[in-house]
Amino acid sequence: MTPARFEALADDAWLIHLGTTADAATNTRVHALAARIRASAPSWLFDIVPAYTSLGVFFDSDSIDADTALDWLRMQCRADIETTTAKPSRIIEIPVCYGGAHGEDLDAAAAELGIAPAELIARHREALYPVAMIGFAPGFPYLIGLDPMLALPRLATPRARVPAGSVAIGGAQTGIYPRESPGGWWLLGRTPLRLFDAQRDPPSMLAPGDRVRFVAIDADRFARLESEA
Amino acid sequence: MMLHVRHGGALTTVQDRGRSGWRHLGVAHAGALDAAQAALANHMVGNPADAAVLELTLRGPVLEFEQPTRIALCGAWIDAHFEDAHAQRHVVPCGRPVTLPAGTLRLGTIRSGLRVWLAVAGGIDAPPVLGSRSTDLRGGFGGLDGRALRAGDVLPLGARNAIEVDAPTSPKWWIALDPVASMQDAIRYVPSASTEALMLAERAWNVDAHSNRQGLRCSGDAIVATAGEQISAPVAPGTIQLPPDGQPIVLLADAQTVGGYPRLGHVIAADLPRLAQRRAGDTLRFVAVDAIAARAAARRRQGEIARLHWAIDLALNDPLER
Repeated sequence: MTPARFEALADDAWLIHLGTTADAATNTRVHALAARIRASAPSWLFDIVPAYTSLGVFFDSDSIDADTALDWLRMQCRADIETTTAKPSRIIEIPVCYGGAHGEDLDAAAAELGIAPAELIARHREALYPVAMIGFAPGFPYLIGLDPMLALPRLATPRARVPAGSVAIGGAQTGIYPRESPGGWWLLGRTPLRLFDAQRDPPSMLAPGDRVRFVAIDADRFARLESEA
Repeated sequence: MMLHVRHGGALTTVQDRGRSGWRHLGVAHAGALDAAQAALANHMVGNPADAAVLELTLRGPVLEFEQPTRIALCGAWIDAHFEDAHAQRHVVPCGRPVTLPAGTLRLGTIRSGLRVWLAVAGGIDAPPVLGSRSTDLRGGFGGLDGRALRAGDVLPLGARNAIEVDAPTSPKWWIALDPVASMQDAIRYVPSASTEALMLAERAWNVDAHSNRQGLRCSGDAIVATAGEQISAPVAPGTIQLPPDGQPIVLLADAQTVGGYPRLGHVIAADLPRLAQRRAGDTLRFVAVDAIAARAAARRRQGEIARLHWAIDLALNDPLER
């Protein structure tokens, strides 16, 4: 187990590195440390941002100096992070309508992998994916745990518009696009859920440290859920 | 009172001091690219420092006021005119409070920089989203529907004291933070431990035309990275990224929250607002400093800003100047 390493991220932020490989064990430690810091966060602490192997901590540089903030963070890392009794992570079910107009690349992705579309769907649904971090765009989850059999290179030509709610795979990763945006991943399906809504509390359906399971739904159910969302 | 937008300008957005506490959900900080200039403009019109202002880029908007009001323009210098009900044109000066009768404020070309912050008495009363009125352009929320202003928009203004005035009036004094000369100064940064971190200071860069509120793109002699894409980690406004093409990007207020490019270091807090004024084609130089120098520079800038606020207080309370 690597000891915590500290690095300045900005004049008002420290970066704490807990490892060098993006595995589930390191990411679990990141979330445990984030939970510990959040539980005892002083008022000068603005943001605690967990990522794959590191944690960003933003502080109010008007009310505390960087070295005092660093000393406090070192104290938090001194005690064994594993002993933190973080609350058990939530399992969030994400309904997905696979294939057809909802997932334009399903058949092509299956052909590329040399398996039947049904097997691709089954393998994609099987895993329980930890949300390693949220970023790139508001509410965009970085999921770990994609079946290595499903790894695909990114599309040669990225799409200019990927519809909101698209569930896709790219490289060794799977993810969900919260908002219409450009994208280079293979579109397997779509969820009718709104992953991010700034007017909602909390705004993001998923939080770092949650686990995600994809549940297959048909087009009728998709339409019904979409009208309720 | 309402503010009517007759022309949106090149990129005019509602901004305040930005969002905190939502970064773990991928929400950018946003906010005025130079919060100190926005606060100075707010002070001059009697607003609290965190009132929402308009951030103007390259070319300003055309705004119509239903009633007399007080405004202030801070940041770069801008060609500004006021047209009253009798179609009389008046020059509107920068860096000081200006009291205007009902009429049209025409904000033109921005000179000696790129951005201006316009405060209006009462503040722009856009509904707060996630604790801020700032526009998140990439997220599409905050400010006015998460987008830049355009013709036909109507913005509510907060409550303020009624003013009666027949013609634009302004005092003879003005303030200037970051005078033009400092535009040539090298941008100070704290280098990271990466092997390429010091190469940033070894060459001159140009500001690329694709720069925006998310990032300032540098173009020049490419820095060849020895390491490829890294494991994505948190990034911040000020982070200097090195993409595979070797052209560094300095992240600004609308920065994404995580990134996977190698990091060359970060621009110090005191110099980050200066990047808001650099235009496409401008020459950019960087100089490496340590964390101690970064903090000393931050204190010095805070001192300069505090002195300006003090001077504004004195001037606003001077009976001869009112």
